Parts: sequence; structure tokens; C-alpha cells
Amino acid sequence: MTIKEIVDKYGSERENLLQILHDIQNQNPRNYINKESINALSKEMNIPVSQIKGTASFYSMFSFIPRGKYVIKVCESPPCHLLGAESIFKAIEYKLGITIGETTKDGLFTLERTSCLGICGVAPAMMINEDVYGNLNEEKIGKILDQIQEQEKERKQLCREEALTKF
Amino acid sequence: MSRRSIDQILEGKPYKKLLLPEKLQQSEIDLVDTDPRKTQYYLRIVLDNCGRINPEEIEEYIGTGGYQALGIALKEKKPEDIIKIVKDSGLKGRGGAGFPTGLKWSFAAQEKESPKYVICNADEGEPGTFKDRLIMEGDPHKILEGMAICAYAIGANIGYIYIRGEYQLSIRRLKKAIKDAEQLGLLGKNIFETDFNFEVKIKIGAGSYVCGEETALLNSMEGFRGEPRLKPPFPAKSGFLSKPTNLNNVETLANIPPIILNGAEWFRKFGTEDSPGTKVYTILGHINRPGLIEVPMGITLREIIYDYAGGMSSGEFKMAQIGGTAGDILSAELLDVPLDYLSLQIAGHNLGSGAILIMNETVSVIDFLECCMKFFVHESCGRCSICRIGTKQMYESFKYLRGKKACCNELKNIKELAEALKLVSFCPLGQSVASPVLSVLKYFRTELSKGIDSNENYETITREMSDIVFDFS
Repeated sequence: MTIKEIVDKYGSERENLLQILHDIQNQNPRNYINKESINALSKEMNIPVSQIKGTASFYSMFSFIPRGKYVIKVCESPPCHLLGAESIFKAIEYKLGITIGETTKDGLFTLERTSCLGICGVAPAMMINEDVYGNLNEEKIGKILDQIQEQEKERKQLCREEALTKF
Repeated sequence: MSRRSIDQILEGKPYKKLLLPEKLQQSEIDLVDTDPRKTQYYLRIVLDNCGRINPEEIEEYIGTGGYQALGIALKEKKPEDIIKIVKDSGLKGRGGAGFPTGLKWSFAAQEKESPKYVICNADEGEPGTFKDRLIMEGDPHKILEGMAICAYAIGANIGYIYIRGEYQLSIRRLKKAIKDAEQLGLLGKNIFETDFNFEVKIKIGAGSYVCGEETALLNSMEGFRGEPRLKPPFPAKSGFLSKPTNLNNVETLANIPPIILNGAEWFRKFGTEDSPGTKVYTILGHINRPGLIEVPMGITLREIIYDYAGGMSSGEFKMAQIGGTAGDILSAELLDVPLDYLSLQIAGHNLGSGAILIMNETVSVIDFLECCMKFFVHESCGRCSICRIGTKQMYESFKYLRGKKACCNELKNIKELAEALKLVSFCPLGQSVASPVLSVLKYFRTELSKGIDSNENYETITREMSDIVFDFS
């Protein structure tokens, strides 16, 4: 979808800005809002670039730097902290070789902190894109990340095969 | 559950997987005693349908008596009658501040300007609170019905639900609920063949804690930074797009249909004289059964821990934080204070949003407070300087205490700063930073003082800030 199509879908009033920014970010393969789309949006909605950037930077769900395909958000609020959120961070950092805010070299994972995800009943918890995982421990994290990596490998293999058959 | 296990239960044999651990069974027996107040435990108002019906099927909700209250309200009652019933019921806002709902509605109803808006505040960012999420996921139609009744009472035709972006399942279910209700003519034009029109739209937040404050929420809905506005004018006079707006929490709105159906007298049977009704709590931490409970107002912390939560999972009770990260911390001496708005006010505390975090003796007060302050540093919107700088300073103070490097009057400084935050902050976020800090200073002073450097070999100018100040002067 182009920026214009997204704006037309919701309407060009200022009150729809957040929803439009969500859509722009979600359709970007690297999960972020790039400069070009902000410029285009500014023309389309008739809002200064500075205002759009100022609004978007206020909210923690929007990013201006490219992120991985899977954004891992680990909850760091007190209920999760009590039940060992720090060790979860360490386990992920060790497994993927990145620190908070970084993206893996293959562009697959980004590790982020987040405040409460609203699933404190199963603390410590994390969210990968839109899927929520609770009752975490090091073993479980290893399994989840392995599973995603495996999926990606399979997907790549399939793509390759498809390309070969077409060729 | 497998076929075999169902057969086993039907035959009256216990199914091992579903049995509670041994120590829990003991407390279960205690629960079924003959205390007349405790027999009420089995009645739920807000969570009545949660888990009983399929939330994605509107027919199941209607089958349990859903949308009846809306029909009664539209056909038999005038808007003033509804506001009177809600006023008489004594329902108080369940978002944390505890403002009487009926009074709030009457403010919005008095305004002549149109259009008016009804907004459901589902931006539940308070760490440890997830009651709204479970209400939205378990019984989305009840919220829509509550909103429609509210809209009829104040004379609004458009409603918005502001949900945080993290709650994907809630967003999906509410969207489906709105579509289903519109198809059956329970939302939209000429509802129940009257001339009342009402439509509901969904707005999605983008991850900001301060947006739970009503005026910040309005700014965010209009597409601006989620910074709070100056009050007055209150939202009832000038809210969304400067039009009269009524904002209510999810739980408050979910209380409305049962009140209209059963009357104010029925609602007053639950809870205490001053705070009628039930309250949904989320109980977490070092307990056997973390989760969600709905209990009458005025129940004590001891009852919650030992009757509902199945006791401590390990260790002894040390403290509990009520009302999420922005809430007060209660020590063991307050285990028997009834949890309702008035009793807690007398004890000098606040009920808050309904999260109860229970901690055992392994938790260090300083470490826990440091984590809380880190949260506030991150979430302070930066609009007023006392909150922006004060939260950072508070975080640093606790960091020093944790490293046993605090100077001798650190506790005095913390207290001074907390009181300043409470007095000067622009919005409830900054004001509420003081609650955990002041209550900890009240009950755990000796433990805090252990963080003070007894050798007094702290460097006097250790603050990173002071260097910067020197550079510029």
C-alpha cells in the first residue's frame, strides 16, 4: 500500500495519525518508519514533518531505525522484575549475541525493553511481534528462538526451491 | 480436556491433573465455611460471563440476558432516570481515582453543546494490572452495552474505545463484537426502534503509560503527543475535539448493565456502605495462585492472600503493593485493613487500579523501589520539570542506596523530593511517584537506612549532573 492509500483508508484528519503511523510501520519489512514515508505523509496529511516526528517519537511502539523481522520485547516492570526478568534478558543476549536495542546480523531479531504487557499472571513475560509468551525460563527461551530460526530456514529453503523451479 | 478425563469426572473420580497441590486443598476447605459475608464470594458482577460464554458469539451474550439492560433503558427510562440510578448505586470509577460515576455523567449531560462523546479508557498501562484486558477478552459486549447506556444518558451519539497497542486479542474481539452488534441493530441507527443512534469506533494507542490519564488520552486520540492538559476545563466541558466528553474505565462501564437490570438497591448489597459493589483485583507475586479475582469491596489483604491466592508460595509475607507501580506499599501491620476507598484513605493510602503485588522476605525494598523508579523515569512525559528531573533524581538516589553509597541525609532528601513531586507535578503520574516512596519511608525506614554509607567516605560531588552545571556557569 502506498502512503496515499493508507491515508485514504482512514481519512486525512489529524486524529487518525497514530493509526496511519501504525500501518506504515507494520507494512515496512524492517518494522520501522523511514524518512521518505514521513515526508510523503506530511504532504498527504498537511502536517509539518517536525510535528509528525515529534508525535511519533513520543510513543515507544514506533521506531525510526530499521529493526529485525522479529522484535522481541521483554517486560521489565516490577512484577516481572521480581520473578527474574533480568535473567531472561541475559539468556536472550547470550543466545543471540546482541544487547538491548540491537539487531542480529541476519536481520532476524531485535531485542527491546518494554513496560508492562498486561500478562503479569504468567511473569516473566515477553512479546515477539504480536505473540505473547509467559512463564519464561532459559530453557523455554532457547526453544522459542530455535523454533523461529528453524521456521525462517525452512521458508528460505522453500523460496530458493521455488525460484529454481521457475528458472 | 480429553474424553477420558471428562468420563472420569462424570463418574465422580478425581482427575489428578486438575487437583490442587496438597497445601492448597487445605485452604480450599477453609473457604467453604459458614461466614455469611463469604457466601457472597460466589457471585460476580463484572466477570459474570467471563469463561462462561464464548466472547466471540453475540448470541451467547444475548442468551445470558445481554442487551436487555439497553432495551429497558431505551424503552422504559428517561436519561435522567438512568443517571439517578447510577448515582443511587454509589458506583465509583474503577480506574484508580474513585470519582463517583453518576456525578461524572451528570456533568456531561448538563452540557448543551453537541456532538458529545463517550470514551472507554482501555489504556491499561499500570504494571501488574490486567483486569481490563480480561474483561475485554472475556465479555466485550458488556462494555459496548455499558457505553450505549452511558451515551443515551448523557446524549452522545459517538463512542470511542482507546485500547493500548499491545492488546492485540482485545482489539480483535472488540472489533468483531462491534460488527456483530451492528448487524443485529444493537448499535448503529434507531436502536431498539427508538430514535437513538450510537456508533462505536476503536482507537489504538502506541505504547505510552501517561496516556491512561484522561486528558493525555484525549491528546493522543486527537493525534498529538500524549501529554496531559490543564484542568479545568474538565473533559465533561471540553474534551475530545473540544466537545463535551465522558471518559470511563472499562470496569466501570462493565458494571452499568447489571445495575440498570437489577437496580441500585441490589448493587448496594455488595461491598461497604461507602464503596458499594465488587472490585476486580489482579493478584501476583510470591503466591500460589496468581490471577484475577472479583470480590466485594472492603475485603482485607489477609483474606485475599490466604483465601483466594492460596497462601504464600515461598517464605513469609513482607509487603504488598496495591494499585500497581504507582501504588502504596503496605507492610504486614496493615494486613487487616479493609480494602475500600474510605478505609484506606483513613489509613493514609489509596486503593488505585486494583493490582496487588505480594512479596516475601527475599525481596529487597531498595531493589524493588529502584525498579519502580526506573519505570517512572522511562514513562515521564517530560512536560513538567519536577517530574522529568525528579523521577531521574529519585532513581539515582535508590541506585546509591542499593550500592550502599548514599550520603547521610539521603533519606531526608528523598522525602523532601517525594513531597515536592506530590505538590508540584502537573498530572497524576508525577504525583503518584510519591506514594510508593513515602509509604516505604513510613514502614521500612530501618531497612532503607542500611543503604547509607556508614564510613562516610562518599564523594560529596558524585552526581553526574553537577559537573555539567559547572561547565555552563
